[in-house]
Amino acid sequence: MAEKTYAQAINEAIREEMRRDPKVFLMGEDVGVFGGAFKVTVGILDEFGPERVRDTPIAELGIIGLATGAALTGTRPIAELMYIDFATMAMDQIVQQAAKLRYMFGGKARVPLVIRTQQGSGRGNAAQHSQSLEAWFFHIPGLYVAQPATPADAKGMLKTAVRNDNPVMFIEHKLLYPVKGEVPDGEYLTPLGKGDIKRPGKDVTVVATSRMVHFALQAAEALAKDGIECEVVDPRWLVPLDSDMIIESVKKTHKCVVVHEAVERGGIGGEIATQIMEKAFGYLDAPVKRVTAPNAPIPFNEKLEASMIPSPERIAAGIRSVL
Amino acid sequence: MAETMEGFLTAEATLSAQKAQEMYRLMVRIRLFEERARDLYTRNVLRGALHLYIGMEGVAVGACSALHEDDYITSTHRGHGHCIAKGGQTELMMAELMGKSTGYCKGKGGSMHIADMGRGILGANGVVCASLPIAAGAALSSRLLGLDRVAVSFFGDGGANIGPFHEAMNFAAIWKLPVIFVCENNLYAISTKFEQSTAVPNVADRAAAYNFPGVVANGNDVVDMYSKVGGAVDRARKGGGPTLIEAKTYRFEGHNMGDPQNYRSKDEVEKWRKIDPILRFEDYMRAHELGNDDAFQHIQAEIKDEIDRAVEFARNSPEPSLDEVMTDIYAD
Repeated sequence: MAEKTYAQAINEAIREEMRRDPKVFLMGEDVGVFGGAFKVTVGILDEFGPERVRDTPIAELGIIGLATGAALTGTRPIAELMYIDFATMAMDQIVQQAAKLRYMFGGKARVPLVIRTQQGSGRGNAAQHSQSLEAWFFHIPGLYVAQPATPADAKGMLKTAVRNDNPVMFIEHKLLYPVKGEVPDGEYLTPLGKGDIKRPGKDVTVVATSRMVHFALQAAEALAKDGIECEVVDPRWLVPLDSDMIIESVKKTHKCVVVHEAVERGGIGGEIATQIMEKAFGYLDAPVKRVTAPNAPIPFNEKLEASMIPSPERIAAGIRSVL
Repeated sequence: MAETMEGFLTAEATLSAQKAQEMYRLMVRIRLFEERARDLYTRNVLRGALHLYIGMEGVAVGACSALHEDDYITSTHRGHGHCIAKGGQTELMMAELMGKSTGYCKGKGGSMHIADMGRGILGANGVVCASLPIAAGAALSSRLLGLDRVAVSFFGDGGANIGPFHEAMNFAAIWKLPVIFVCENNLYAISTKFEQSTAVPNVADRAAAYNFPGVVANGNDVVDMYSKVGGAVDRARKGGGPTLIEAKTYRFEGHNMGDPQNYRSKDEVEKWRKIDPILRFEDYMRAHELGNDDAFQHIQAEIKDEIDRAVEFARNSPEPSLDEVMTDIYAD
């Protein structure tokens, strides 16, 4: 094991997969000499050259459209959308094309496409560069959706995504890139659709995604001082969702809080709460609680922006409310 | 103005009798397939969207006759003609139109999503112009994999004013991708006249903005299409990059079934029917001794039988089982 940043882990995953399979290539805005807007792809151009590391025009629809066509015909593109907010420009290609071609063609096509992107607030980027939009893609049959929280998961999940024959929305978090964590040495894959219990506990299940996993762990640490043992469950993949892991945990703890950075309305918390109600209603000692951003665009002002993001304190308060 | 492509696209193609008759056969196959589909639709055997290609056969057949079997095409909502021209099988198409399990897409796609990956038919597409970037991506993958395949992407005049057109053209230009964009300018985007939506006289003129050749072709002249697309294909295969070819043509039928066609006059339709691409090609073949009336009638009778068999095959095929709803969403 070695300590690496989330960005380094992703960079390693891309390199390892490009070395392993010549059909894997990278395309996106400023992914080459610039090394990506968040410096995730630094040095990859030097290793693999401009045929396989392709800087593109600012044309998100074109990026995803070309990547979809390339995936359909035998290559395995990793296409980068600099901000998930810009997926708005590419929605037809993601939702109507990449996600549906296989089904519409009666199973006679494969679209092995990874769309790498990042989301999240906390950097003063205001409303058009800070959203958390995972629920949009979660909603669409035909897409897989990944939200790694740690460097180790980011690496193992990205390698799994690249080897998968379906379109994967691989959603990173802009504030996790510098975060360090232990990354296993050598080759490993993180299994598709398998969640991870980031902290075991018996009193309450806390389902958290992406950066909120770290905040949930901080909340759990604080509550442990009062003898409250939280089980922090990180689904890692929203599609396929490890519902079994969540349900098993809730059956043990009888209480659940779902935490995500996306706004509350239509967020994945609603789906997770519903699944718990449908599959484990009799086990619940309290209604499932959501801790999320309020239903507002992301404001620029630092204090306003910070108030949007579920903090460890707000998560802890949410947990206490169900005990 | 766009480069005129003098030198490699102006020479008239030399057709052997065999090649000409193959092309004629494809045109007739499209025409009779579409007429039968129209008939079945009016008798409520077919449902959903049906956009007929009648009158535009010269475009698809001219273009696809210049391709190899493993070259790629992408198609549109008006896609039956492209599929047949690229070698699609009418019985699998008709079964798909009827939503049967034996259809190209197991009944899950219907008229607007027929694909045959083995023949490079990367699908009809229900979203206007969405398949242009996909075709450019197929051309990119051909190059990355060291193949010499080219991609032809069909779209309409209505598709020339939406973002994917411009993004695909620009990508193809900067990366010199082996892709040929074939605009079927049939003068109407549903009811909206070309000149209402487009400020340039020719879609082909827009190629100049991307620094590659743009060429106007007579879409009702299959030989002109074959010649010009053939030149563009040779250029693309040799690494010369993309070409935009605008086929001036006309759809004899409405945009879809039930279109009242209140936006165009009967006189206009009649004027275009007089330059029917199939009749025009018959004249050409007679004049160049590539075929005679006996040959034409023989081919028509053969295709009529084929379409009869396709309809029978489709009618006798089973519906998909209900559990098919949940298959093919993800690949294993």
